[in-house]
Amino acid sequence: MPVKVVIPTPLRQYTGKSDSVEVEAKTVGEALAGLTSRFSDLRKHLYNEEGKLRSFVNVYVNDEDIRFLQKDQTPLAETDVISIVPSIAGGSTTCCICS
Amino acid sequence: MSIKLKAEQLESIHSHGEREYPNECCGMLLGRADGAAKEVSEAVPLNNLRLDSARAQELLPLEDPGRESEKNRFLIDPVEQLRVEREARKRGLDVLGYYHSHPDHPARPSKYDRDHAWPWYSYIILSVERGKAAEVTSWVLSEDRSQFDPEPLKL
Repeated sequence: MPVKVVIPTPLRQYTGKSDSVEVEAKTVGEALAGLTSRFSDLRKHLYNEEGKLRSFVNVYVNDEDIRFLQKDQTPLAETDVISIVPSIAGGSTTCCICS
Repeated sequence: MSIKLKAEQLESIHSHGEREYPNECCGMLLGRADGAAKEVSEAVPLNNLRLDSARAQELLPLEDPGRESEKNRFLIDPVEQLRVEREARKRGLDVLGYYHSHPDHPARPSKYDRDHAWPWYSYIILSVERGKAAEVTSWVLSEDRSQFDPEPLKL
């Protein structure tokens, strides 16, 4: 069934500037696979070398983090909206010798 | 490539950094972009999730908890991020980037900042020296992720 995937601003340069993309999928895994097969440049920002979702990428189905659902096996309903939410973290160094 | 801020937005970032000192503060920059030229409409203060260490560890574990804390690390709660972003989208605003503070540390991105950065976003960094807001700089991650490029910050 068609579901909407909301694309955060840093990744819109890889989706032809679209802020959302519709994909046919029954699970979150299928939806993201469909998205990255259509827009292959997204792949390196979403997945690590082992093909797993990067820890810096949060994926929500409506208001729920897929980590606490069934991860990429999370089933989807037609009106579900998947949001890719970049993890935003940082900080100063722990010592003045580090770069 | 540039980012434009109003004086009152810069002032609110300064105040946030001073209020949260000696902890790192963080917030979202909302506005509109024309290619690489960004104009901030709102600087939205957010909570540093590193203050809720259990939840933060679930989402993005610290590498060295003995040396890392809310005093030198920040993490934004994706639930709060999503809520603010959705509300901003209804008003036709985009997320242009984020700001955070470096307590008693220069306003220069660290390796840790770079390792966790996303392309295109503007990263504004505020140095807070002994409780007082000091230098503010802005940065964008280079295409190959090898460095941050300084971004002109216009008032």
